[in-house]
Amino acid sequence: MGGLDDLYQQLILDHYRNRRGRGRIEGASASVHEHNPVCGDECYLDILVVDGRIAEIRADGDGCSISQAAASMLTEVAEGKDLDEALDLVEHFRLMMHGEAEPDEDLLGDAIALEGVARYPVRVKCALLSWLALRDCIADYRETVATGG
Amino acid sequence: MGNSAQRTIDARALRAEFPILASPRHGGGEVHYLDSAATSQKPQRVLDAMDAYYRETNANVHRGVYEMAAEATERFEAGRDAVARLVNHPREATVFTKNATEAINLVAWAWGIRELGEGDEVLVTLMEHHSNTVPWQIVAGITGATVRFCPVTPGGELDMDAMREMIGPRTRMVAVVHVSNTLGTINPVEEIVAMAHEAGALTMVDATQSVPHMPVDAAAIGSDFLAFTGHKMCGPTGIGVLAAAPGRLEAMEPFLGGGEMISDVTTEGSSWNDIPWKFEAGTPPIAEAVGLGEAVAFLEEVGLENIRAHEKEVARQMLDALDEVPGLTLYGPRDVERRGASMSFSLDGVHPHDIGQFLDSKGVCVRAGHHCTKPLMRHMGVQSTARASAYLYTTDDDILALRDALIECREWFGAA
Repeated sequence: MGGLDDLYQQLILDHYRNRRGRGRIEGASASVHEHNPVCGDECYLDILVVDGRIAEIRADGDGCSISQAAASMLTEVAEGKDLDEALDLVEHFRLMMHGEAEPDEDLLGDAIALEGVARYPVRVKCALLSWLALRDCIADYRETVATGG
Repeated sequence: MGNSAQRTIDARALRAEFPILASPRHGGGEVHYLDSAATSQKPQRVLDAMDAYYRETNANVHRGVYEMAAEATERFEAGRDAVARLVNHPREATVFTKNATEAINLVAWAWGIRELGEGDEVLVTLMEHHSNTVPWQIVAGITGATVRFCPVTPGGELDMDAMREMIGPRTRMVAVVHVSNTLGTINPVEEIVAMAHEAGALTMVDATQSVPHMPVDAAAIGSDFLAFTGHKMCGPTGIGVLAAAPGRLEAMEPFLGGGEMISDVTTEGSSWNDIPWKFEAGTPPIAEAVGLGEAVAFLEEVGLENIRAHEKEVARQMLDALDEVPGLTLYGPRDVERRGASMSFSLDGVHPHDIGQFLDSKGVCVRAGHHCTKPLMRHMGVQSTARASAYLYTTDDDILALRDALIECREWFGAA
């Protein structure tokens, strides 16, 4: 069971059972809806941007424990970050998931617990779903701002 | 549970013939392979037959004049004989394809593109695999025809009253799955074929989940087309079968063009080879046909009647086992006379992917996802399910391991 304990650390199960940052934001600055065609998992991600910072972030949708815990951890760690910091955070997490970066606990917060997922290629997409949604959400926001929309 | 029930085959003895099942899994212990609806395991004799072909007589088929080429052709065509015999179908109307999906695409393109038009309807069902839905949608998009879906009852069976109403003068094709890969439901295909023919429509039966598990008589079903695949019936991947009414094949234009499927080629145009080769462009899956022929011989020796009887008993056991798991919802019929041994379920509070991952740690292999039946999933109001599916090598121990792992899984994820 060593492998299973490694994948499903207590912190992950805790975030799965007690989701943080769940829901939608009325009047969000940007929203994206992404899904994983392999398993049908869905993620709605909303951000409220104030003075170039993520003042509020909410994730909603359905999925497995890994995808839900990852979304919960994301909302905790991304809130309050400015947009470039948030993009760096997402990139660091993405590299960790592909086993290409030494995880930085100060940066990742609870999301460091997802490090073991990198050894389960099928589940990496689950963990990345909401995190890549944030990347797309920020890109959408900047596009909208740039085009004055 | 126990062994009190009368057993027609000795699953434990059969297991020994499958190298992958006979060897211990990572970390020791038995593999409990319950994903045969996705693909079956292969007995040693199938592997040996394919290996022997490559070692002894590998050559391209049909046109070589030397002895090895003649031998290769003989073994390849013997594979066709075996498959045709298994489903009681004329060999010349038994076409090798890449898989069942390609067999259905062959008909959708060779027949559908030319024959369908505005106002025509293709009737499929909500429990079709994507392989018997998407090709028709593509062809409908090109021809202007409409794809309609026969509904499924809450009990997981086809709504036959709706089917009767939906088959009408506009219906040109009725495409229906024999046994649902997701629900396990056995559909009354003979009745559906008769209804369709009465309305002047053609029929495609997706027999992918029936041919490996029960006697299937293509002549008795009487469909214009019947498709199945090799790798779910103890054969290799890369080979499927289209069993078509001979007259239909004669009348149809080819699907894929190239070598082998021609009679003559000039700068002005080409003419076609006889059936079935007219539909087998390019070098065919030769070793695969040899392996599939051996798989058929194996299945015939075990006996398709016996396999069906065994799986009914396994289904009964599996239903009992799943009933013992708190918070479990089963999709599909409960009557083992009306279902195969492929069962989809959900577990309250645990996502199917997590079920699959947890069960894997106990050596139990099940599938989690939409099983290529997304319209059915939407209809059932779920994103995905977990699915356990049995075969001739499934033992009591496999079912017990499934039950115990599911109970433990629910506790692990704190859903208990």
